[in-house]
Order: sequence, then C-alpha cells, then structure tokens
Amino acid sequence: MRNLKRQLLAGPYILWMAGFILLPVIMILYYAFTTTGGSFTLLNVSSIAFSVHIKALLLSLKLALMCTLICLILSYPLAMILNNMKSKSQGFIVFIFILPMWMNFMLRILAWRMLLSNNGVINSFLRTLGFPGLEILNTPAAVVFCMVYDFLPFMILPIYNSMARIQNDIIEAAKDLGAGNITIFLKIIVPLTMSGVVSGIIMVFVPALTSFAISDLLGGGKVLLIGNVIEQAFMQEYNWNLGSGLSFVLMIFVIASMALMNSWGDENNTGVW
Amino acid sequence: MKKKIQILVVALMIIVTFAGCGKKDSPNTLTVLNYGKYLEPKVLEQFEEETGIKVEYEEYITPENMYTKFKAGAIDYDLICTSDYMIEKLIQEQEVAEMDFDKIPLSENLDPAYFDFSKSFDPENKYTLPYFFGTVGILYNRELVDESKANSWDILWDEEYAGKIIMADSVRDSFMVAQKRLGYSLNTTDETELREAQQLLIQQKPLVYSYLVDEAQDEMIAENAAMAVVYSGEAGLALEYNDKLAFSVPEEGSNMWIDCWLIPKRARHTENAEKFLNFLCRKDIAMQNFDYVYYATPNVKVKEALDPELQENSTIFPPPEILENCEVLKSLDDEATMKYNLYWKEIKSAD
Repeated sequence: MRNLKRQLLAGPYILWMAGFILLPVIMILYYAFTTTGGSFTLLNVSSIAFSVHIKALLLSLKLALMCTLICLILSYPLAMILNNMKSKSQGFIVFIFILPMWMNFMLRILAWRMLLSNNGVINSFLRTLGFPGLEILNTPAAVVFCMVYDFLPFMILPIYNSMARIQNDIIEAAKDLGAGNITIFLKIIVPLTMSGVVSGIIMVFVPALTSFAISDLLGGGKVLLIGNVIEQAFMQEYNWNLGSGLSFVLMIFVIASMALMNSWGDENNTGVW
Repeated sequence: MKKKIQILVVALMIIVTFAGCGKKDSPNTLTVLNYGKYLEPKVLEQFEEETGIKVEYEEYITPENMYTKFKAGAIDYDLICTSDYMIEKLIQEQEVAEMDFDKIPLSENLDPAYFDFSKSFDPENKYTLPYFFGTVGILYNRELVDESKANSWDILWDEEYAGKIIMADSVRDSFMVAQKRLGYSLNTTDETELREAQQLLIQQKPLVYSYLVDEAQDEMIAENAAMAVVYSGEAGLALEYNDKLAFSVPEEGSNMWIDCWLIPKRARHTENAEKFLNFLCRKDIAMQNFDYVYYATPNVKVKEALDPELQENSTIFPPPEILENCEVLKSLDDEATMKYNLYWKEIKSAD
C-alpha cells in the first residue's frame, strides 16, 4: 500500500517525463535513423563527419571548454571568499548572484548586443575617454563572454554549497596536526569541494555546448556552432532527419562528458546524478 | 499492482499527449502567417472590429522558416504571405488553393502590371494576390561611404569598409549578391558558378560585421555599420529615420521580388481569408498599411493618392530601368536547394 502511495505521488512527474522527455527523445531517435521516406539509414548520424559539421562541433567544444574554464577560475576563489564572510552578508551576496536570473536570459543577451555594438554605450564611453573602441561583438569572444555571464551562477552556487558544508572542526583538526594553509587547501578543501566543482562544470559545460541562441545573437551569424547547424537543419532546410541525426550525436557528447565528470566526483553525491 | 499502474501511466501519457490535437475550431477566426513587420497592427484591429472575425496572426523571418512552419502542419493557416520562389515551390507541391477573385472585388485596385510580373511563378494568375514588391540593394551611410562606388556590388568587397558591412542572413539573398557580381543568373544551379559565388562570399566574410535580416535596418539607423544589403522597402523606412542614409540598386543587376498572398488548400476559413484580402485592397486600409510597411505597393489607388515626391521616390518605387536589370528568384529543385544550403553552411563556418 505504501508502495502504491509513493508511486501515485511520483505520477505527475512520470507523466511529465514521459510526455516531454521520453517521447521527444524517441521521436528524435526515429528521425535520426530514417530517411524522409521513412526507411532506415545511418546517413544522418554519419553526416557529422562532414567537414562543416565537424568544424562546428569542434568550435562548440572549444567555446564550451573556454566558458567552463573561465567560470571555474572566477567561481572558485569567489566561493572561498563568500564562505569566509559573515553568514548574514553571505545570503545577500548569493542573492545578488541570483538576481540577474530574474530576467529572461534572451533579453539579457539582447541587452549585451546593444551594449557592445559599435555605437553602443560601452564603446561611446570608451571613445569619450580617448580609448580605442571594443570590437568584440560578432566574434567568438563575445559569444564566450555572454556564455560566462549567463552560466556563472550555475558554477558558483554548487561550489559554494559544497564549501559551506565543510565543517570547521575538520580544518581545526588539520591545523592541530600541523598542516599549513596550502596543505589544508590541497588536501581538505579541494577534495571536499570536488563534487560541487563537478556538478558546476556539468551545469555550465552542457548548456554551453548545446547553445545556439547566444551565438546567433552575439555572433552576428558568423559563429556557426553545432547548435546553429541543428537549428538551421530544422528551421531553414526543413531536414528534420539531419537535425535529429546531429542532435543524437550531440546527445552522445553530452552524456559522455557527464559520465566522464561523474567518474571524478565523489560519493558525497551533490552531483547531478 | 505495479504493472497495472505502469500501464495506466502509459495510457494516461498517450491521452495527455494527444489531447491537445483536436482543438475546437471556431468558424469566426482567421489564421494568418506573414513576414515580420509586414502588416500595420491597427489594420488587424480594424478588421476584427468591422467583421467580428478574430485574427490569429503569426510572423516568420525567412521564406524557409515559413516553409518549415507550414509543413510541420501543427496549425492550419488560412492565409499566407510569402515570396515568389517559395510560392512557386508551394504551387508545385499542390499546396495552394485557387483564388476566387470574384470574392475579392477590390483586387481591381491593383495594377495589372504586377499580375504580369507574378506570372513568372503563377503563370495563370490563379493562386496569388500581389501584396508588395521591391528590389534588393545597398543601404549605405553617406558620411562613411564613397558614394561613387555605391552603384556596384564591388563595394561589399572593399577592404576599406572591413567590419562595417552587413550581409543578408538568408541563403538566396546572399548568393544573389555574389552571383550578380560575377554576372551569373541568380537562379543558377551550375556547380562551378555556385562554387565561384561561394568562394567570393567566403572571401568577403572577414569584412562582414554581421549577417542579419530584419535587424539590418535598425543597425544602419543606429550607424553601427556603413552599409547593408537590404530590401528596398526597408531602406525606404530607414531613410525616414536617418537622413545620412541612402539606397542604391547596383548596376550589375539585382533581385526583384514580389510578395503575394495565397490561400493554402488546407485552409479552414477560406471565406474569411477572402474577406481579409478584399479588406487589404480597400484604399484607406491599403494606405494605412503602406504607411507602416513602406514597400512599393501594387495598389494604384494608393499610389495615385501619394505626394508626387513620394511617387517619384526611387528607393520605394523602383523605376522601370532598374527593374529591367533585375531577375525574379525561381524555385529550385531539392538537389539544388541542398547544394545551396550546404554551400551556405560552409560559408558560415569558414574562418
């Protein structure tokens, strides 16, 4: 009976998952392995080997890695500083980090486009001060910048969480036993925050790898990521089979990167799965 | 027990996913699909007020987007406005219903010359009603650009303007520029000609500020770029906002396009669609709509009522000698379309 109750409680989510996750994935798989006529083919999936598609995939991987790395470098020290603050101000700072997320992320990207454009606020300001203008709009740099801007909270929060969970006793014990600051950092703090780092990396890397809206709006149509190729296959070329085939390949990359990261994480289980 | 619940869940899931499909259809609606910024919103309101028909209005960016939306079949559109080559494709696929011009009496306000133009994709004028037409050219900023060079597509490859050029983010429009510069037809499917055009566009890429469609106009008004490849009507509107701007249709020739309304065979409110088309041809409505869209209108009544100065405005109303040099886009077969798409992707991914 208790079992039944539990299952009923899970019902709404199972329904949700079936309708909006499972079913679409099945449809993608179906399209990925069929031709427009409906017969079986591997061509859609193997077309990832086309030089255009490989190039787009590699660029996506490169930008996603850069974005993840920058997020990590920014977040880790920040999480440490945050952790050492008084608990009252900690809440406030975390609130500030979440604040931009109150606004739709598309609008924020559009705002950046306005700010970065040739005659935008930032360039006008720089020029009045006599500096040369900043010409990063419509380059991969702008895309990475905006990815970092958008995904940074997803890196800070898990790291901060795992850091806040380290008990002071452990660090005091280490000090009692004669460990220096560097040893404490390397032997205690880093290993204990690893799970947070791993989930942060996954939560930044995966959306960065699959994004297409940012490169579309800030890349000026000049930065072709794998997400853009897929979007074009669906929207411009009316080739859902190709789009699904490439999506399938991208899914494999996402799952592989998650598996890879999780093999690093620890048993503490703050991980994503 | 567990099995039963699983079955129940699966059954529910199927019901839920398909429940949305059988949407009730009300006879008093009209579903319209049109380009962005291509109809004065007040006209829609007025139509709803006058007829009591509720209009569901949707927009798209490129003809290819429209094709995807239409083909996906999730919505039965009653009325679609799109461009020449896409109309031809839809007619070939037998998706378009014949139009009953008796039910659209005010269509006589339209200049027959444009029905003649539409014969290139609708040979018997059975399926379409012309809406607006124009050309593609270069919108440029007179303070930043040497005007003597602006009458040739070559200027888009001029290193002097590196980082200040906006190209069209649309396969056919971008290829058109390169093809015309090379002196080829914009409907070519010849492999070597296409490759040449592609090479030219790849060569141009480092000079390009961005590839845009609808936003090109805004960027030019804000003076973020020195020149942009745009449709004539967009240029006309931009000129109103910023008087440093000017427009030219290069002498190598360009694309002349006509956008028309069509009623798909799948339409469920044909009568409402006809009422709406008739309404759009009415002088006062067409006038309001022209003021908003600012493209060349085939409506004679409207053109006659305009200031003589505006009638002479060659940006909005391309003069015959320019049109003579222009070509209308034709629909391509699947193989050629795939080739264009692939080559375009290669341009986009080039360094």
